[in-house]
Parts: sequence; C-alpha cells; structure tokens
Amino acid sequence: MAKMTVITERCKGCALCTTACPKKIVELQKEKRNKKGYFYAVCTDESQCIGCAMCAMMCPDCAIVVEK
Amino acid sequence: MAVVFERPKSLIDVPTHYCPGCTHGIVHRILAEVIDEMGIEGDTIGVCPVGCSVMAYDYFNCDMIEAAHGRAPAVATGVKRTNPDKFVFTYQGDGDLAAIGTAETVHVAARGENIVVIFINNTIYGMTGGQMAPTTLPGQVTQTTPFGRDPRLAGYPVRVSEMVATLSGTALAQRVAVDSIPHIRDAKKAIRKAFENQKAGKGLSLVEVLSTCPTNWGLTPVEAIKRLQDEMIPYYPLGVYKDVDEGVFPKEGGEE
Amino acid sequence: MERNLMKGNEALAEAAIRAGCKCFFGYPITPQTELAAYMAKRMHKAGGVFLQAESEIAAINMVLGAASTGVRAMTSSSSPGVSLKSEGVSYIAGSDLPAVIINVQRGGPGLGGIQPSQADYWQATKALGHGDFQLIVYAPASVQEMVDFVVKAFDSADKYRMPVMILADGLLGQMMEPVSFPEINPDAYDKSSWAANGHGFKREHHIINSLYLKPDELEKSVVDRYKKYDIIKETETDAELYLTEDCDILLCAFGATARVVKSAVNDARAQGIKAGLFRPKTLWPFPVKEINEAAKNAKVLLSVEMSMGQMVDDIKLAINCSKPVEFYGRTGGVIPTPVEVLEQIKKIGGTL
Repeated sequence: MAKMTVITERCKGCALCTTACPKKIVELQKEKRNKKGYFYAVCTDESQCIGCAMCAMMCPDCAIVVEK
Repeated sequence: MAVVFERPKSLIDVPTHYCPGCTHGIVHRILAEVIDEMGIEGDTIGVCPVGCSVMAYDYFNCDMIEAAHGRAPAVATGVKRTNPDKFVFTYQGDGDLAAIGTAETVHVAARGENIVVIFINNTIYGMTGGQMAPTTLPGQVTQTTPFGRDPRLAGYPVRVSEMVATLSGTALAQRVAVDSIPHIRDAKKAIRKAFENQKAGKGLSLVEVLSTCPTNWGLTPVEAIKRLQDEMIPYYPLGVYKDVDEGVFPKEGGEE
Repeated sequence: MERNLMKGNEALAEAAIRAGCKCFFGYPITPQTELAAYMAKRMHKAGGVFLQAESEIAAINMVLGAASTGVRAMTSSSSPGVSLKSEGVSYIAGSDLPAVIINVQRGGPGLGGIQPSQADYWQATKALGHGDFQLIVYAPASVQEMVDFVVKAFDSADKYRMPVMILADGLLGQMMEPVSFPEINPDAYDKSSWAANGHGFKREHHIINSLYLKPDELEKSVVDRYKKYDIIKETETDAELYLTEDCDILLCAFGATARVVKSAVNDARAQGIKAGLFRPKTLWPFPVKEINEAAKNAKVLLSVEMSMGQMVDDIKLAINCSKPVEFYGRTGGVIPTPVEVLEQIKKIGGTL
C-alpha cells in the first residue's frame, strides 16, 4: 500500500513529477485548475503506486506528500 | 501508512514565488533536508543573493541575511569569523557569484573560509528577465545576446567549479545537477558533504548546481530539463573537481 | 589618568578595541593604513577578528555580516575607498544595522592625492549611498577626540541601529598627540530581538534585509527611520563655541581646519577684531541650535574648509540665510594657514 497526495493549491503544473514516476501513473490532468489557475498533477492509478517518492523528489514546490 | 516524504521542517510552509518548474525549489528542498538531517537549523545562518533567490530568506527557517549583489561571500565571512561555531551558507546565482561577485568568490575560496557556497548555474539572469550571464553558453540566445552569445563579442562562459578548485583554500568543489532523481540524490550528498566539511572545519566548500530557467529559456519545464541534459552538462561536466581529505590548512600552524 | 602619545590613526584603532569592537575589516589606503596595521597587531590579542579584505567593497560587506549577528564591527578607509563602500553603507542603513565607518579624508576627486582634505563632507552628510538615509557623522579635531568620538560612535550606532561615520582627515590621522582613554564599559545593548546569530530553536528566525517589493512597505520602513532621525536631530547635535558671545565675525570650521581657524581667531582678537569660532562636532545632524546661538551677535559668517565650500549651504540653511555667509577654502590637500585665514578675517572685518 502506498499513496501519493498532491497538495493541489501548491502545484504549479510544471509536470516534472510526471517525468519522474517509474510507473507512469502521475499526470497533469486538463480539467480542473487550482486557485492560481494551474492544471494540477494527479495520480491516475493509486493501486500501482509503490511509494518510491520520486515524483515528490522532482517536485520544485514540495507539493507532493508520499505515504507508505 | 506512514509519511515517507514531506516538506523538510527547515523549509517554511509557504508557496514560493518561483516560476513553474524552476529548479530553485528542488535545491531549496534538498538543502533544507540536509539542515534537518544534521539538526543544525538553530545554528545556521544563511546569506541570500540578489537575483531570483533574493527572497530565500522567506523560505528557510534558519536566520537569514540578504546581501548586496555578489557580496554574499563577504557577508558570510563577517558572520563566520565572528561566529565560528555556527554553520554559514550562501545561496547564489550565476550573475551574483560569477560576474559581479567574482572577486568575493575567488577570495572566499583563497582564504579557505569555512563556509558552504551553493551556486546555482542556469546560464541566465532570471530576475531581470533573461539577460546574458557569465555562464551563458556560446550561441545561447538571451535578451542581451539576441543573435546568440558570440564569444568574440561577449567572451566565454566561466567554469566556476574548475576555477575554484585551483585555489588552495577550497576543500570541496563539485558540480551536480537537479535534472533527474539520481542526480538530485548526488546533489544532496554533495551538499551534505559541504556541511560536514564545515563541521570538520575543512575550508571552503562550493557546490555548483546546474539548474533550469524555463521562463527565460522560453521552454516548458520538461523541455528545460532536457536542455540542461543535452546542452549544459556537456559544457559543464558533472563531477568532483576538488575534495580534500584533511582541512585546507596545516594542523600545527606554519606554511602550507 | 594615563596619557599616551599616539598617532591619530592608531588612537582610532585602540579606542575602537576598548569600545568593544570585535572585528575590523579593511583594505590598505593612504593616509589611514596605520589604523589597519594597528588592528592587525592588537585585535587578535583582544580576542577579536582582524581581516584584510580583498576590496573595500568586501570589507564593508563583512562588516554587514558581522553586525548582522549583533557584534560591534568597524571598517576604515580614505576617500576613494569610502566611495567603494557606499553600496554597503546603504545596505547597512537599509537593514538597520549598527556599524562604525571611518573616513580619514584625502584630496579628490578620482584618485586625487594623499594629503588632507575635507571634500567628502557632502558624501558623508548627504549622499553616502543610494536611497533615503543618513549616517550620524562625527568630526574630531584632535587625537583625543578621535578616541572620544569612536566610543560615542559605537554607542550611537547600537542605540539607533544605524551606521555612524567618523569623518577625520589625513592631518588628524597622521599627527601625534597625547591621549587618555576613558574608562569604557561598552554599553550592553540588547540585540537579541533582531540579531541573526542562530535561533537555537528558541525563537522565530530573524531576517536581516533591506528589500521591500511593496512600495507602501518600503515607504513605511523609510518613514520610520526618519522618525528616528528626527530624534537624533533633536538630541545628538554637538558643537564647540569659542569666543562667540560678542563676536562680529563668526568663523565656521570643523576637524583639523578648526585648529588653524582657532589660531587665526586668537590672532584677530589680539588685533582687536571680534572673531569667534563655531566648530560642529556632529556634521549630521548639523548643530542648528548651536550655530544660531553662536551667530546671534555676529554680522557675518565665514566658513573655512579644506574643500570648495561644501559646508556653506548647511550653514546658510541653519541660520535661514539671515546673515551673509562668506567662504574661504583650500583644496586638493592644501592646508590653509592661520595667516591666510587672518587675512580673510581682516578683509571681511574691514567692511563691517
């Protein structure tokens, strides 16, 4: 069991996390924007998350918390 | 489930003013992680530059001083000489450290000041809107090199780690990058080593971090990372340029 | 009290150490280098830091760093070097840091010369760096005053959290006079509410900073600083009034020039001319009350300076242009003689 949570209001939609995920389950969705107007990142398949925290390590805004 | 990754304590829980994808945020975080892991936040004084990271004083939870453009190493010298038991670091960009502050950079290393210098090399002036930096690559288009940097007109880039490594007071000169997870891990290790050097009183430790500036490069954050890998790393090879085992000064006094 | 024969520059250094100055950062320049040399010899024995910086710019920024941690810090230079320090002085003022800066003036502009001058009056009192700010500026006229004013400068700097300048000149720096050092107990100013010396997990982090991106915040910080300046103008002015009670001609001079002028005033009195001397000891704040007191019976004022007359405007403003203000000066390192000054007194006195 592992889980990544995006702090959506901190996300600036840079997409660097999406390149870091080894499971390719982090994406920049294109429907919802946060208050600053950024499309924020989401985990598309929580069941596949291994809690490696690479997405969080790549995030310049400390906008991802990882639990395991 | 337990939290396995979250914001380090010495990084204040506020949004930063940095552009989307700007790697300052990554470097801030790994620096703060090192401060947390060493438990030294209460004994650390940071010195900010002039440039995009000028407001880093609002992000780090340790005491912070904002220096004039290029003068952070001099300010840090004043802090460290009067507070030798405290940890002192500067955080400087390329214009700050390698252009207007070159003299301060060279002499802080020559004197072997026992401090840490974090040097962000992103080949451009960010805060002022994308002008040529001392590290701008030949051919690179900036606001002040609109036809690409022509070395015949604008000279060549400065390779700071290599230059600083030639100075006797330098304990560590290492170039790292924050373009990938393995490199970020290496960068953090280098910063940790720099602070451990300071703890051991070894001398000046400089960690040069190849970084991106998506906004002023005119690239997306992901494209910017690719440019760092394809264009910057070949010109600025990663690696350890100097790493002394013992301190830079002889133990029992006398000449080097 | 013990009296020592000391050179002005060395007396400045010794007084600073006794006043609790814990670090000196400097760069060699004539005619103040003896100060740094003295510090190099004495400072480490006194448990402090002496460091020869790579430049004047680095030196003043080292002062900024040390002062940020709550330590008494000082730098010294001479005119061209002080110009280089001006950026740092502005940052020190903008960051509300206490620091002492000494200028042992020489002739300018440019590389100028190495002989005494007072041509940095404007720089010290009006424009030692960009932005709205002031320094308290003390003008000693003897080696003893070098000592006394350095002690005062450190106290004022800590009291008001601002840079303070000793505006001396090459003549005072190089000459020797007997001095005594007062018992000094460096006042324990509590800096714990702002010093950036490591929070030790016992308080919020401190930020030393002069950047305010929001105009109204910057305006407020400047306006608050000017409220402090108002108090200083009210309380910190100092001047010597010599034979001013009945004088017809009031000579105005500061620093080494005032010594020359005092001789000329005495010579004039011997010849029956009622001359007096007003000598500001603080150039900023300018002693407005004191000069009005000194000038109350005077018919004309004569400013004598080692410059082209940089103090004249301040005198005119202080007396509200109520009386004529004449000027006599030498510049470029030339020191006016009592004979020259007496000639001027007679020239002006003859018209009274």
